[in-house]
Amino acid sequence: MATYLEFIQQNEDQDGVRFSWNVWPSSRLEATRMVVPLACLLTPLKERLDLPPVQYEPVLCSRPTCKAILNPLCQVDFRAKLWACNFCFQRNQFPPAYTGITEVNQPAELMPQFSTIEYMIQRGAQSPLIFLYVVDTCLEEDDLQALKESLQMSLSLLPPDALVGLITFGRMVQVHELSCEGISKSYVFRGTKDLTAKQIQDMLGLSKPAMPMQQARSAQPQEHPFVSSRFLQPVHKIDMNLTDLLGELQRDPWPVTQGKRPLRSTGVALSIAVGLLEGTFPNTGARIMLFTGGPPTQGPGMVVGDELKTPIRSWHDIEKDNARFMKKATKHYEMLANRTAANGHCIDIYACALDQTGLLEMKCCTNVTGGHMVMGDSFNTSLFKQTFQRIFSKDFNGNFRMAFGATLEVKTSRELKIAGTIGPCVSLNVKGPCVSENELGVGGTSQWKICGLDPTTTLGIYFEVVNQHNAPIPQGGRGAIQFVTQYQHSSTQRRIRVTTIARNWADAQSQLKHIEAAFDQEAAAVLMARLGVFRAESEEGPDVLRWLDRQLIRLCQKFGQYNKEDSTSFRLSDSFSLYPQFMFHLRRSPFLQVFNNSPDESSYYRHHFARQDLTQSLIMIQPILYAYSFHGPPEPVLLDSGSILADRILLMDTFFQIVIYLGETIAQWRKAGYQDMPEYENFKHLLQAPLDDAQEILQARFPMPRYINTEHGGSQARFLLSKVNPSQTHNNLYAWGQETGAPILTDDVSLQVFMDHLKKLAVSSAS
Amino acid sequence: MQISGAAAPAPPQTGLDYGPPTSGSFPNSGLYGSYPQGQAPPLNLAQGHPGTQPSQRSAPPQASSFTSPASGGPRMPSMTGPLLPGQGFGGPPVSQPNHVSSTPPQALPPGTQMTGPPGPPPSVHPSQAGYQLQQNGSFGPVRGPQPNYGSPYPGAPTFGSQPGPPQSLPPKRLDPDAIPSPQLNELPPQQKTRHRIDPDAIPSPIQVIEDDRNNRGSEPFVTDVRGQVPPLVTTNFLVKDQGNASPRYIRCTSYNIPCTSDVAKQAQVPLAAVIKPLARLPPEEASPYVVDHGESGPLRCNRCKAYMCPFMQFIEGGRRFQCCFCSCINDVPPQYFQHLDHTGRRVDAYDRPELSLGSYEFLATVDYCKNNKFPSPPAFIFMIDVSYNAIRSGLVRLLCEELKSLLDFLPREGGAEESAIRVGFVTYNKVLHFYNVKSSLAQPQMMVVSDVADMFVPLLDGFLVNVSESRTVITSLLDQIPEMFADTRETETVFAPVIQAGMEALKAAECAGKLFLFHTSLPIAEAPGKLKNRDDRKLINTDKEKTLFQAQTGAYQTLAKECVAQGCCVALFLFPNQYVDVATLSVVPQLTGGSVYKYACFQVENDQERFLSDLCRDVQKVVGFDAVMRVRTSTGIRAVDFFGAFYMSNTTDVELAGLDVDKTVTVEFKHDDRLNEESGALLQCALLYTSCAGQRRLRIHNLALNCCTQLADLYRNCETDTLINYMAKFAYRGVLNSPVKTVRDTLITQCAQILACYRKNCASPSSAGQLILPECMKLLPVYLNCVLKSDVLQPGAEVTTDDRAYVRQLVTSMDVAETNVFFYPRLLPLTKSPIENTTEPPAVRASEERLSNGDIYLLENGLNLFLWVGASVQQGVVQSLFNVSSFSHITSGLSVLPVLDNPLSKKVRGLIDSLRAQRSRYMKLIVVKQEDKLEMLFKHFLVEDKSLSGGASYVDFLCHMHKEIRQLLS
Repeated sequence: MATYLEFIQQNEDQDGVRFSWNVWPSSRLEATRMVVPLACLLTPLKERLDLPPVQYEPVLCSRPTCKAILNPLCQVDFRAKLWACNFCFQRNQFPPAYTGITEVNQPAELMPQFSTIEYMIQRGAQSPLIFLYVVDTCLEEDDLQALKESLQMSLSLLPPDALVGLITFGRMVQVHELSCEGISKSYVFRGTKDLTAKQIQDMLGLSKPAMPMQQARSAQPQEHPFVSSRFLQPVHKIDMNLTDLLGELQRDPWPVTQGKRPLRSTGVALSIAVGLLEGTFPNTGARIMLFTGGPPTQGPGMVVGDELKTPIRSWHDIEKDNARFMKKATKHYEMLANRTAANGHCIDIYACALDQTGLLEMKCCTNVTGGHMVMGDSFNTSLFKQTFQRIFSKDFNGNFRMAFGATLEVKTSRELKIAGTIGPCVSLNVKGPCVSENELGVGGTSQWKICGLDPTTTLGIYFEVVNQHNAPIPQGGRGAIQFVTQYQHSSTQRRIRVTTIARNWADAQSQLKHIEAAFDQEAAAVLMARLGVFRAESEEGPDVLRWLDRQLIRLCQKFGQYNKEDSTSFRLSDSFSLYPQFMFHLRRSPFLQVFNNSPDESSYYRHHFARQDLTQSLIMIQPILYAYSFHGPPEPVLLDSGSILADRILLMDTFFQIVIYLGETIAQWRKAGYQDMPEYENFKHLLQAPLDDAQEILQARFPMPRYINTEHGGSQARFLLSKVNPSQTHNNLYAWGQETGAPILTDDVSLQVFMDHLKKLAVSSAS
Repeated sequence: MQISGAAAPAPPQTGLDYGPPTSGSFPNSGLYGSYPQGQAPPLNLAQGHPGTQPSQRSAPPQASSFTSPASGGPRMPSMTGPLLPGQGFGGPPVSQPNHVSSTPPQALPPGTQMTGPPGPPPSVHPSQAGYQLQQNGSFGPVRGPQPNYGSPYPGAPTFGSQPGPPQSLPPKRLDPDAIPSPQLNELPPQQKTRHRIDPDAIPSPIQVIEDDRNNRGSEPFVTDVRGQVPPLVTTNFLVKDQGNASPRYIRCTSYNIPCTSDVAKQAQVPLAAVIKPLARLPPEEASPYVVDHGESGPLRCNRCKAYMCPFMQFIEGGRRFQCCFCSCINDVPPQYFQHLDHTGRRVDAYDRPELSLGSYEFLATVDYCKNNKFPSPPAFIFMIDVSYNAIRSGLVRLLCEELKSLLDFLPREGGAEESAIRVGFVTYNKVLHFYNVKSSLAQPQMMVVSDVADMFVPLLDGFLVNVSESRTVITSLLDQIPEMFADTRETETVFAPVIQAGMEALKAAECAGKLFLFHTSLPIAEAPGKLKNRDDRKLINTDKEKTLFQAQTGAYQTLAKECVAQGCCVALFLFPNQYVDVATLSVVPQLTGGSVYKYACFQVENDQERFLSDLCRDVQKVVGFDAVMRVRTSTGIRAVDFFGAFYMSNTTDVELAGLDVDKTVTVEFKHDDRLNEESGALLQCALLYTSCAGQRRLRIHNLALNCCTQLADLYRNCETDTLINYMAKFAYRGVLNSPVKTVRDTLITQCAQILACYRKNCASPSSAGQLILPECMKLLPVYLNCVLKSDVLQPGAEVTTDDRAYVRQLVTSMDVAETNVFFYPRLLPLTKSPIENTTEPPAVRASEERLSNGDIYLLENGLNLFLWVGASVQQGVVQSLFNVSSFSHITSGLSVLPVLDNPLSKKVRGLIDSLRAQRSRYMKLIVVKQEDKLEMLFKHFLVEDKSLSGGASYVDFLCHMHKEIRQLLS
């Protein structure tokens, strides 16, 4: 373990955990002075090739309030067959099955390399996965066609025993019955009327207490699956039916007059989908997949009226409190989201339209339940098609990269408490001794529910050090945290993944260097960013920026080395050096800046930011820029306007977009057709290289990024220009040399200016 | 009837004298005189008050009429006696002023007379006590002072002898039906009548019908004369439209209207017209011409908006016309201008239907259409109950099977190759299932709407389709419906949401249409319009009885209103096994101009034919959709009240979501000013409707009536059948708001007043004890009695609440012919006339004593059809009709006669078929054996007899009526 970097990397690989601090300040006071909270990014289901699940159940601490799971950090008395819980210090007897253990014959969970271990639970009925398609039919013909094809294709990707259901909606909502022969049957609901779950189940005939004749007989226990099977059927049984049904799916037939939007009952459709699953399959893994091609225009959850002359709300309207449907719609979808989460189901939203589709209002559906949110221009684009396909991608074991109905439980040693999480989860409101009263993110609980998650789903978990300043550092000097994730694997087994980690305590006064060195600035940046974005959801943008700035300044004051009032003397150590730059780009990112983004886009970006892992999150904060030129091999370059050179090809990855930008000269060469000349084959290769790299990224990423191929002067070049640090602008163009770069026409401050100000403020004694 | 050939077309007018001339004592047995009045008083054609003014009348009929009975009847001498001044040949005696309109008001048309007990009426009620009257009564009429009965009636002389034994009178002549009544034949009449009034002596409906048939059936009825009384509805006659609407379209209670309201009030004769705007015509008569005035639309009076009609007066050389209704002078538009001939008629009058005919149609312009848009073709939606009951009874399977072929017979316009009507299908129990049967689909799609509280239509495209385009999908659907629900256990149904759904569907498709609902049970499922069982027989004869006829909830009324606004007509087929609350369920059909059919305890084997036949007929019926009817009248009278299956949102416009060929609207008129004797009174009924092909049209019927200042003219031009139609509808509506007893009393009082007024003002002065009936109204008592003892007004123990409500609403839209036979059923002897005689046998009176146990009879009233078999019917007859060896082997309650190849069987079956063809509903046959349990059912329809439910016999009622009249007169 040579460096902290390696340690961090190893930890991430093994446990899927990255802490902002890898050595912990030993008291509450010191911890607060550290500015960046003690927190971690946890990827609960991180794919690990070397982690075969064990086939037995975990051993729990017998103290009812603790119930921590036996882990490598526990002290074990092999002779007495006892183990001491490292969280509550309860001494526990090993269960009978463990009688044979000795120092040399240890179960896996006691081995240090199994700090993360997965148990397979055999008990409990396994229920098949459920996929409920909720399909908007108010689409253009070719869009609908494309969507139908995608859906039909998806049937072949589903596990054969998975249950599928279909709800279509437009002006009305239709729940299709899949079990029938001959006549295809559907239940139709008015799109304007909100129905309670009970009503929906009544109307679908799901809550029938058995028919009169059957009442006489003894109630049949098999009743339950039988009833629901009308709407949810195993794929292998009805894929032909469903394919036909999808094939016959027509555009919403109700006429849409000139100047009107089609009436789209998304709110009711979702409500019915939720109600259907709620009544039939509570607490089993289920995905509601909503495909919509426009904003909800009627009924509960409507986002905009059907008059085209009134545009859908913009940030401007929202600020002016002029979005008349927003609050009500948001409330509707929040209510749905919470119900869905309570049932352990998740909602995906696939919104493909050129205008907004109401993601702002609907975001909670995905954010709370852990569903996917995909935004595109049309269902007839590869962006949607491939993204959708990727949902059903499989891991090396042939299992879907999805899991359902997870609960994440966090246990801490006594010196720590849990402040909250930020991520696609919902609180289970489980209070306990290790729950802090101060909330960061979703707090007040030690357990969260993540209804849908995949191997990259990452939560930010925030802690609070509660050890009093004068209290001694605990015995053993290590603080421990245990993450217990129970979930339904895509193979429908229930599994429990347990990650137990420990970190050293350090006294901030005497051992500040240790703490400083163990700072993980990448994790810290992402964790701070999550806090910022979380705040931005509820607060005004400028307030959040100000808060971020203050935190940054305080951090610099705490860890910078400088002479008072001398900004030139300011230095940061290596472990902090990139942090201000992350913050600079974060300030400019679409997560915090709503300018130029629609509310839907902001919601979309924030959604992904709150669930991607560290690497991806960092890309989102600070896009990666690669340069390709004849001067050398492809290299990462600064995200700076100075990197834009005429003889370079740039490849920018912002997570959401992949931009290939040909410098001026390159573009001219290409236009001249050099790449087609045999003697300039190297130029052809040069042009090809970024394309290949881009393809690689495109292949791997979910959701598939927008792919932009542009050149100097192209209109699409704005995607690049808006991201790079505007070191050269029309204001300072002549002050800087002429030889490099492209000026950006912006009034935004550049990184240099930002840093100057930061230094000035950091060294100032006033603040 | 021998005299028929020479008979005048006008109905005879008979006065009925009731009561002996002497007071107090009834020493003599009287004969309740029989007047075969029907024997067609030959006299005048036009006025129908024969006898009194022979000089004015055309001689030949008098002569013939006189002679024919004479030649046929042995009583000739008595008739010629001077004591019969009413006779045509005799000059009117002093005591009997003539009946010409100019004569004094007491003028009395000839009528049958009957002498009855003078003094205090011997009995209060037509119950047993009533017979006392007859026992004591001296029925011997005073010949002298009773001049005014229809002279040529052979029966008249019977009354001649007062106290003494009557003249030797061949009893045969007493039988007006020409059916020998054994008792009468055997006994001297006077002996018998000591104990009872001879039923043969009182006016016989059969006789009247027969006479009219004979007198007026042969010549066409030409409508060129104002105020003509048409032949009876029971008579087959042709109509030639020459300026007035055919009686098939309009019949009036009186064709001569009092000029002032005072006179009208005095007479108490309701002035009403029974209008059947889309009546079916016999093939020989042309349906109304369609006039297309192009973009300008029909020409109308600027003030009262009456449509151009033959009565409009063109003036100023044809440049203007004066409205015949409101006298407003209007300009003739240039394109319509035409010169006038020397009589002031337009020279093109005969080229233009609207100037020469009583009935015609205009093509409406877009101004006459909803939303100023020409309507789309209408749609039929079949809405089928698929709950457990419907499935179990086999109804659904039967219906689906039938629909497959029935869809080929949707009404089409003119020579159109296929119907423009689109069809849709809905099934329902507690929820509704809509079907998408778009032609492009391989399989129909079912859409379930369970939100019955807030009904809506789940699909637009593919719900209403053209039959030929979507044939395969529809067939597939109809094949699958019975299968799909074969295992259903759902017993609960909804009702209001079903109608709502159909209405919404039509609204969404922006068209009018008709819903066919096939429903089985009380809608108890939780939904709007949910009903509870409130059947309570204890309410009968209480003040709360009316609630049984009222709707349980106002929801249906509201729904009906919406339906009417959309032009959504609802036809309801009910298949109840128990109480379904017809009163409430029929609200919507009733207000939307639809029909209700009820098949209690439906079983496929027994009721299939009836149901399918009704269904076919209803589906194929020509219907006008989304109609508005307005009746305009000359200044002086005004349409004030309307009866029928429709909705009215104001006081003048009759709104009909649908109006089929059988639906009739009765309109009552009242005076609001004086009428002019010269110009008469005009009626114009304008019906704006959408035809089956979606064409918007106006149908106009015009009718001119006479006006009179003399009551006698009024009484001479009345039509009892129409009067009964009105009174029945009036009473049947009355039961909604008043206790049934009040309604009955009102009817009796009104009738008594009418007759008393006649007696007082028109009949010659005579003993107060005499019952004198106007010739035109001599059947009023018997018919009224039938109305009074009908199920609605006097239910028997076996009549269910649903039956009553059902009948009540049926009658509301019946035409005159239907009410006539409904209240006084036809009883046809089958074995009386020789087998070779293929014509319909003459009917006999509906009384048990007319049945001979050696015969077989058919009885029909438009809804029911019975075949009564006498106990001692010849074996050969039984064999050839039923294919069994003896009477005892005949299955009682049989509903189908075996198809046998012998003349009798063929004839009877042919007769049954022809009877069925005459009625708008299929009559299920029930074979009843004499002395059998089922006979009770049959006897219920023998309306001249005392009924089990307490209804009076004809004779008793007549006595009671007489008493009432006398009370009024004294």
